[in-house]
Amino acid sequence: MNTLEIIDLKVSVDNKEIIKGINMKIREGEIHTVMGPNGSGKTSLSLAIMGHPKYKIVSGKIILNGEDITNLPPDEKAKKGIFLAFQNPIEISGVKFSALLVASYNRIVNPSMQPSELFRNIREVIKKIGISESMLSRGIHEGFSGGEKKRAEVMQMLLLKPKIAILDEPDSGVDVDGLRAIGDAINKLNAENRTAFLIITHYRRILEYVKSTNVHVLINGKIAASGGSELAKLIDEKGYEWIEKMYKK
Amino acid sequence: MVDEAEYTLDIKEILSASVESRLNKISLEEFHERIVRSGLTRSLIEEVSKIKKEPEWMLRLRLKALELFEKIPTPSWLPEMVKEVNLGEMKYYVKPSIQKTSNWSDIPPEVRKYYDALGIPESEKRYLGGLVAQLESEPIYERVKEELKAKKVIMTSMETAVQKYPDIVKEYYTKIFPISDHKFAALHGALSSGGVFVYVPKGVKVQAPVEGFFFIGTEGEGQFEHTLLIADEGSYIHFIEGCAAPRLSSSSFHDGMVELYAKDNSYIKFTTVQNWSKDVINFNNKRAWADRNSTVEWVEGSLGAKLSLVYPSTILRGENASSTSMVVTMASENTWKDSGSKMIHAAPRTRSRVVSKNIGFMGGVNVYRGLIRVNKGAYQSKAHVQCDSLMLDGTSKAHTYPHNQVFEEDADVAHEAHTIRMNEDQLFYIMSRGLSESEARSMLVLGFMDEIMRELPFEYAALLNKVVKLELDKMGSVA
Repeated sequence: MNTLEIIDLKVSVDNKEIIKGINMKIREGEIHTVMGPNGSGKTSLSLAIMGHPKYKIVSGKIILNGEDITNLPPDEKAKKGIFLAFQNPIEISGVKFSALLVASYNRIVNPSMQPSELFRNIREVIKKIGISESMLSRGIHEGFSGGEKKRAEVMQMLLLKPKIAILDEPDSGVDVDGLRAIGDAINKLNAENRTAFLIITHYRRILEYVKSTNVHVLINGKIAASGGSELAKLIDEKGYEWIEKMYKK
Repeated sequence: MVDEAEYTLDIKEILSASVESRLNKISLEEFHERIVRSGLTRSLIEEVSKIKKEPEWMLRLRLKALELFEKIPTPSWLPEMVKEVNLGEMKYYVKPSIQKTSNWSDIPPEVRKYYDALGIPESEKRYLGGLVAQLESEPIYERVKEELKAKKVIMTSMETAVQKYPDIVKEYYTKIFPISDHKFAALHGALSSGGVFVYVPKGVKVQAPVEGFFFIGTEGEGQFEHTLLIADEGSYIHFIEGCAAPRLSSSSFHDGMVELYAKDNSYIKFTTVQNWSKDVINFNNKRAWADRNSTVEWVEGSLGAKLSLVYPSTILRGENASSTSMVVTMASENTWKDSGSKMIHAAPRTRSRVVSKNIGFMGGVNVYRGLIRVNKGAYQSKAHVQCDSLMLDGTSKAHTYPHNQVFEEDADVAHEAHTIRMNEDQLFYIMSRGLSESEARSMLVLGFMDEIMRELPFEYAALLNKVVKLELDKMGSVA
């Protein structure tokens, strides 16, 4: 059973501590949601798990299926089945989006698949997520709208079928159709592949489409509260303040 | 639509992590029959000319060039590195002991292995219409396919051309690139040896590319090959110039010259794949003229050499002629790449486009010096220049010196320049998709070069991609 464990994780950026000791256990098939006000460290958490060099893990561990992967480079983490859908994926003009898809598929899923078969798979996920095939021949994210970028990230997730998918705000900046397509993709992968999710959300819109098994509230670099989907509802009604107050006590 | 063939190229190149190591250095001295060295003198020139059994006019031209070389001062703007060339003590002429042949099996295995390692006989078999391969100062291999001979296409070494086609050589040799142009053009004129002569008759379209391949295997050598290509009216040709040298213990010097003559309605594509080792100082004097409705395309991958100065230029002298120049250069530790194109619009409705891409890292220096000139009378002409620099770290330098001289009011001349810095976030994004740091970096660099690389035949693009990756591996890991 696939399990990602985060143990007492502390992360600093430019010598400033951003994540101040987080514990989390994500098991196969679970859908965890991390909520929290701006600046609480949500994105830092996702980038640190994936291994961004700027986000230094000061202490603590990341364990995947019993193996310590804390300090592995991002490509090794990706090969072990961790996927990150970025909040603001960077534009890389000059490198064709299709070249990236092919290279990552070969690296992560299957190094010996025939190109024709691979392209059949790519076309299939593109259709499912509702983006145009012409985006493949552009530079990575070149001229993509905000919504297209989000869909393109989730499309890659569908293609690579990770064990653990971290989605950083997949619901901000997408229209209703996009949100539904993204929600469907999450549910499909969760059902068919038993992929576990760590979904970071600010506006909670995604929770209209996806049933979260675990909800965590991140405040000032620490988990202030954890619970089931009822916690998300409470936050919807009352905001974060009451948790902050409670937490300070 | 998705073009699958195109992707397979990318996949193969991006994913083939293993890269062959550089060729080991061996001594080729035992294959040298004659090395003429003893200072650059009149008697030296006479000796070279005599060995080549040249006609009187050629010797006179050489001696005139020597005179000019002595008179013309060294250009003041050249970088310091050029001083490493010891002009007083160079092997000016290195004649291989191997007889020129049209059969690879005649070439000793110790020499042949270089050509094999670079895939030359293989691409000849699969791909080329003709090949002239030069070792040091003289061609050792020459073969033209029957279909080209049947169409009366001439492709041969310059030495043979001087003997067999003196009238046509005399008419064009150093006509567009006079030996008086600059000091090193004069030096070239004095010491010129080897190179390829091509004549494509009227209306003949040569579909398979032809190649001239130049190899320097000796340290302290000067290579001065001269390539002269004449495309007669309505003809078509693609010439590939390949250059390679293994690591040597002291600098060698390359001072070649290329002259292209595109007659009315003809098309010439001239592709250079330059991969000299870091011991070579490379000057290449490249100039074309383009008559009415003709097209001249320069494509150059200038990845090797310690110092490289190459400025492919076209004089658009016939109405409606056009020319493009696409040059990619790469400069890393202790290397200096100086390039740029000159487009001279000397007739109405002429068009030119220059794309220059340079990649710098580990303190490498890239310089672009270009000229767009639109003469009085060259009305309705168009020129577009694009200069892109990719800096992989904070230590490399890129300088751009574009120069415009426009004497027609309706000329449409545009210049754009971009500097791109590779950043941590781009690398991280690609790595998060399962590519290692060096693969991610190669992907970024190859992506940047793609517009020019796609102009090259597949085999050559693949070779250059490998060279790029080898170079990038020197950067090591940032993390």
